[in-house]
Amino acid sequence: MSVFLQSLLDAFADGDALRPGHGLPWLDVARRENRQALASSGLPTTHDESWKYTSLRTLDQRAFASSDALATQHTIDPAEFALPEADGARLVFVNGVLRADLSRLADLPSGLDVQPLSAVLQGDAESLRVFLARNFKHPAESFARLNAAFAADGAIVRVAPGAQITTPLHLVFIGGIASTDIAWHTRNIFDVGEGAQLSVIEHHLGVGTHANLGNVFAEYRLRENAALNLLRIQNEGERASLIQRSEFSLAKHARLHLNNLDLGTALMRHDLRIELLGDRAHAAVRGVFVLDQRQHVDNQLSVEHRALNTSCDLFWRGVADGRARGVFNGAITIHAGADGADARLSNKNLLLSAQAEIDSKPVLEIYADEVQASHGATVGQLDESALFYLRSRGLPLAQARVLLIQAFCAQALAHIEPAGLREHVTQLLQARLPQEMPA
Amino acid sequence: MLKIENLHVRVAGKEILKGLSLSVNAGEVHAIMGPNGAGKSTLGNILAGREGYEVTQGSVEYFGKDLLDLEPEDRAAAGVFLAFQYPVEIPGVNNTYFLRAAFNAQRKKRGEEELDSMQFLKRVREKLKVLHLKDELLHRAVNEGFSGGEKKRNEIFQMAVLEPKLAVLDETDSGLDIDALKMVADGVNQLRSPERAFIVITHYQRLLDYIVPDFVHVLADGKIVQSGDKTLALKLEEQGYAWLQQRKLADSAVAP
Repeated sequence: MSVFLQSLLDAFADGDALRPGHGLPWLDVARRENRQALASSGLPTTHDESWKYTSLRTLDQRAFASSDALATQHTIDPAEFALPEADGARLVFVNGVLRADLSRLADLPSGLDVQPLSAVLQGDAESLRVFLARNFKHPAESFARLNAAFAADGAIVRVAPGAQITTPLHLVFIGGIASTDIAWHTRNIFDVGEGAQLSVIEHHLGVGTHANLGNVFAEYRLRENAALNLLRIQNEGERASLIQRSEFSLAKHARLHLNNLDLGTALMRHDLRIELLGDRAHAAVRGVFVLDQRQHVDNQLSVEHRALNTSCDLFWRGVADGRARGVFNGAITIHAGADGADARLSNKNLLLSAQAEIDSKPVLEIYADEVQASHGATVGQLDESALFYLRSRGLPLAQARVLLIQAFCAQALAHIEPAGLREHVTQLLQARLPQEMPA
Repeated sequence: MLKIENLHVRVAGKEILKGLSLSVNAGEVHAIMGPNGAGKSTLGNILAGREGYEVTQGSVEYFGKDLLDLEPEDRAAAGVFLAFQYPVEIPGVNNTYFLRAAFNAQRKKRGEEELDSMQFLKRVREKLKVLHLKDELLHRAVNEGFSGGEKKRNEIFQMAVLEPKLAVLDETDSGLDIDALKMVADGVNQLRSPERAFIVITHYQRLLDYIVPDFVHVLADGKIVQSGDKTLALKLEEQGYAWLQQRKLADSAVAP
């Protein structure tokens, strides 16, 4: 067995009895079965089609501790994660451990229920059974198994039917220096009731140069006519690894607006799975990644149209400099019976150095009638004629390049609301771009 | 101000300019006319410094310096402006932001003080007013989604804000209706001054009804084959470029 799995499974035996929910028969079974499946399958390799471009060989040789005993004591300056327009409810986890002192769960607006997973498991655990008693069948789903076996905490968010929660709920996941590298597993569940609206900011950041592994699994269930506005900001430390899986299911007339920003980590993998289950369900997704040095970021986006007149609009931008590697896989499937579907995918990528690489794969499969669909993907350099135009007006080459790169990315942020938040996010992104580019 | 001597230029291995000579003094307006493929746009691009043009012979002097030695941005700072035949769309870059960055980059290079956004906005609004342009132009992304006419107006607006010493207009009149044409001409006429020169490249005589040139040159097959005053443009309009062909044939007939 790999060093990686051995380190985690050893720790599992030690920590099992302490894990919230231990002793619940159905949860014990689910955890055990996922753990056993994991032990026999190991981590996916590049022979798995969906992991073709992301090798886990280095990760598989590393040992991780399973808990950070000092997680509740790290000094974290709230300014680290402060965001404009995010002065509502907040839940903060440091190395996977809830920090009540940094969170703000008092005076929640009517209709919004936010609880740590650990608390729900000690109360109405049965309400989570449908989510947590899952078995993951595919060998490539190792991290979902890992999460199902190990997750001890996370955010459980429920919005009552009709409630309009427009002040964003701020979920903060902080990776911080521990005495040894640790792996943490977080499970988030969102249930947005009929006709309800919810705004969420999912915020990942690193404090100090830790090399931890975060494993985050989230499910978002949008009931009829529900709307979710989700902004994900991933600004983890440059040595961190982050594996994420986000599943969205949309009932009739439900609407998902997702804006996604990937700036940090040494290694990131994010599977985003969107299921349009009800008529006229709509998903609008905008994302951008900016990579440098040896960063490796792999986004796997899939949208399944399974009902009439469903629509999706996917827009992703990527920039890679240094020896970085970006992967974007955008798969849209319009299943039989999902007539009248409208699907759009645009993925454009910019390479800023000869050693950088971006692999883009748009896939469109259609089994229904009266479908409108378009997809396009490009990988290229800065537009020479635009560069010349800017220079001919007096902008030095370096400044012209920076301006064009910023503009390229800005399109992916254009839909973030409110404006104050968009400005802040734009600044985060610009700070990651080369400020002065040599010729 | 500008002295082009015996300029030979190749593009993608093909010789386009074949010994072009032209002198332009401050205060003058020169019109360059000629048939398609004569090398008119090549002249504009080579003056602005676009890549992909290989000078095989000849020289371009600008205020006594070798212009061809300068980067495009340095030419701009030295007062050279090209109004593009096909202005480039730059999504995501705000017109005002871009123009202020360019304006200040030029000033910085010249050792002049940069303008803050309030000062700049004041200047820009004055220019808009003079050119009868709408405020909306300031808020849009550079040329994105602009009609052909809007793009050309934006070129003239940029020229008005940047106040170059030598402005080259590359077929700015092509595809314009009469109102847009007048606006372009207004923009040029407003800027005419004893310190400033214009090279107006055009296929048609029409623009020259509104921008009255001091000199008209006919560019054909890579060099200037005839120069004269504004009446030359009228003659071309009447007789067409075919007249040149005949004249050239006559010339080559007498040549040894």
